[in-house]
Amino acid sequence: MAEVMQAADGTPLKRSLARALRRQKLRALGLIAPLLFFVLITFIIPIGNMLFRSVENDIVQNTLPGTIAVLTAREETGVPGEDVFTALYIDLFIAEEQKLHTRLGSRLNYEQTGASSMFRRTGRAVGRFDTGTYTDAITDANPAWEDPAHWAATVEANAADLPRTANAWSRWQAVFAAEGDEIGKRNLEDFLFTALYLDLRDADAAPAGLDAAYDAARATDPVSIKDAFIDADDKWGAPQIWETLTLYAPKYTPGYFLNSLDYQKTPDGIEKRPENEQIYITLFGRTIWMSLLITFSCIALGYPIAWLLANLPMRKANVLLILVLLPFWTSLLVRTSAWKVMLQQQGVINDVLVWVGLVDNANRLIMINNQFGTIVAMTHILLPFMILPMYSVMQTIPPSYLRAAKSLGATNWTAFWRVYFPQSVPGIGAGSILVFILAIGYYITPEIVGGTKGVFISNRIAYHISSSLNWGLAAALGTILLVAVLVLYWAYDKIVGIDNVKLG
Amino acid sequence: MADTANDQAFVEFERVQKSYDGETLVVKDLNLSMPRGEFLTMLGPSGSGKTTCLMMLAGFETATHGDIRLGGTSINNIPPHKRGIGMVFQNYALFPHMTVAENLSFPLEVRKMGKAEREEKIMRALGMVQMQDFAGRRPAQLSGGQQQRIALARALVFEPELVLMDEPLGALDKQLRETLQFEITRLAHDLGITTVYVTHDQTEALTMSDRVAVFDDGRIQQLDPPDTLYEAPQNSFVAQFIGENNTLMGKITKISGDRCEVTLDDGEVIDAMPVNVTEVGQRTRVSIRPERVEMDKSRLMPDVHTLKAEVLEFVYMGDIFRTRLRVAGNDDFVIKTRNAPDQVRLKPGEQIEIGWLPQDCRALDA
Repeated sequence: MAEVMQAADGTPLKRSLARALRRQKLRALGLIAPLLFFVLITFIIPIGNMLFRSVENDIVQNTLPGTIAVLTAREETGVPGEDVFTALYIDLFIAEEQKLHTRLGSRLNYEQTGASSMFRRTGRAVGRFDTGTYTDAITDANPAWEDPAHWAATVEANAADLPRTANAWSRWQAVFAAEGDEIGKRNLEDFLFTALYLDLRDADAAPAGLDAAYDAARATDPVSIKDAFIDADDKWGAPQIWETLTLYAPKYTPGYFLNSLDYQKTPDGIEKRPENEQIYITLFGRTIWMSLLITFSCIALGYPIAWLLANLPMRKANVLLILVLLPFWTSLLVRTSAWKVMLQQQGVINDVLVWVGLVDNANRLIMINNQFGTIVAMTHILLPFMILPMYSVMQTIPPSYLRAAKSLGATNWTAFWRVYFPQSVPGIGAGSILVFILAIGYYITPEIVGGTKGVFISNRIAYHISSSLNWGLAAALGTILLVAVLVLYWAYDKIVGIDNVKLG
Repeated sequence: MADTANDQAFVEFERVQKSYDGETLVVKDLNLSMPRGEFLTMLGPSGSGKTTCLMMLAGFETATHGDIRLGGTSINNIPPHKRGIGMVFQNYALFPHMTVAENLSFPLEVRKMGKAEREEKIMRALGMVQMQDFAGRRPAQLSGGQQQRIALARALVFEPELVLMDEPLGALDKQLRETLQFEITRLAHDLGITTVYVTHDQTEALTMSDRVAVFDDGRIQQLDPPDTLYEAPQNSFVAQFIGENNTLMGKITKISGDRCEVTLDDGEVIDAMPVNVTEVGQRTRVSIRPERVEMDKSRLMPDVHTLKAEVLEFVYMGDIFRTRLRVAGNDDFVIKTRNAPDQVRLKPGEQIEIGWLPQDCRALDA
């Protein structure tokens, strides 16, 4: 029975069919190609890139490669010794030239307050360290060291004996090469001489052709770079910054995600953040809870309207449908602002309530800048998204089902509950998914009417994107939100079945 | 049933009128009375008011005027779910989210029946339509004919005395329709159920019913057993609506008792039976069934008038021949002859003479 079916010309039927369908598939692909390309360029790639930022952390290693290498190699903790500070000196000097140290400062500032100003201050000071003595000693011993050509030749020839110097020199060259410049006399900065000095000090014998410099280095007393750093900012002398640097040395970090969930990395492992710094779990919880509440109010308000729409004669239903769609013709901002007018303490609703006498003038209701305001305004704004899928599903339920149920002896309520309602559930499902997913990521309305108690996680994401510029954290929060929605979607599929969702 | 056997009228419509818009009447002055156990069909073109009547009886529409009685009590103010009338819908209206058994269980559940009793009744009802094996299926898994059987079982499962059927076979193909027509009538008679059946298919009406009410323009045009309806239509609407019919227009020139003479518009004279014409000079439409037209002069009465006819078309239909003639200026005069061994097969262009028995030719309103 395992014989392969064959087409008339003897080729296997499957292959024949595939060939016949290929043209069709290619044509279909051609039709969607522009949209696919557009979505890829404007949507998938930027979002993927953005999500990647939630774990990306190469700024520390890219800015301070030498420091991180020495720092992570050591076993002890706490404030490190001269070797680390020397590496930091070289790294920071180069970073300062590229103006990268302030960015690193901002990055580390997310993990340790004060890091930003620390790097800025140190960046300014790093050019004025007392390492001029090395420069003077070496150039005095051999004036050829004032010539960049001599530097290039010597360092290249003795790269093995002068590791630090070779490294610093090539990186320094790269900085200027990137800007299209050559290294001139002016750019022979102190840090290069410091690296050379340290290499020569460490060498057992003078490398070839470096006798004068070797002797000069041996004759010069070392300057404490550590002290210079602590001089520039005394936080360099405290262990915290070194802990932070060690923790955030890897290229990828779970730090942003931990942060998003109110945890933090410490030298002792992952710990919960202090009580007063916990914010995101509460915000996520609030976002989900309020979105659910909004979804349920949309169902409660939308169901009767959808039912009415589906059961009215066509002409009247169309008029009503236009009323449902009317809000779409108004700007979202206008609608939200209108709720501000309605709900505020001196607003329309309060005025009416006071006028009627239901509310005392001194105790006007607070209905805005809190959760109530957000729920009311968002229910109103998202209502059409609930009504439309419910309407289109209800339209497909023939009235004869209700009649049949009644003719079989069911009361109006039983007929509705046992016959009509189960058939309208797919519409409720579709509307709920739509409204819930829209609500969970809503930004403008909570921003305007939410105050502090009624804001959503999306407002926090926006804050980190545009104000605090902590894109990594924003990306992590966004990723968690996305995953939460996908998990809910998956759960919905498991429980209700996504096949049951109908838009018409 | 037996205790009310002397109560002839089980379902009664008395002077029922219905208007949806307050301007036109959809049902005009309907009077109808059905005895228990009768199978009555409401037949008529769409918009004739037959479905509205059914809906009023079921309780989904309220009569604008008049009285509808069931078993002697007025049901005008009884909501549909308390009327206890079984109903079968055109699109079956099986609940798609329930299995066959759940569909059948529904009317029993709302009547608060116990589980054991429910199951017994469900199986019995399914047995009546030979669908016992399908209890666990969902309606979408059944064919149209099976769905209709289930719909029928559901309408019968709670043992109603009256069942309404609204074009239940409209969506089925011809063969299946014929099988089910037979099944429905058999069930209705076996169970002694009073049935009101609505259709626009006259064959269905004629084959299934005890009596047929022909609806047009909001009125019952004629209410009679099928044979009477076919052979003795009371007006030209019924004559044309039921079966195939040849009509000729003319004027009454002589009338006496159950005979009259009609002068056709082209001057020829024929014999007919007056039905709803009363005086000489009246315009009339005479109607003759195609199978009652006679070509063999020897079979006619000697003194009867005949007409000249020219054969236009001959169609071989297997069991019968259908020949189209031009008679008295009418190009659509059809005769049907049985495919018997000695039957002549006419050819187009042939000139023949036709006639009929006067009682087969009915002079109706113009």
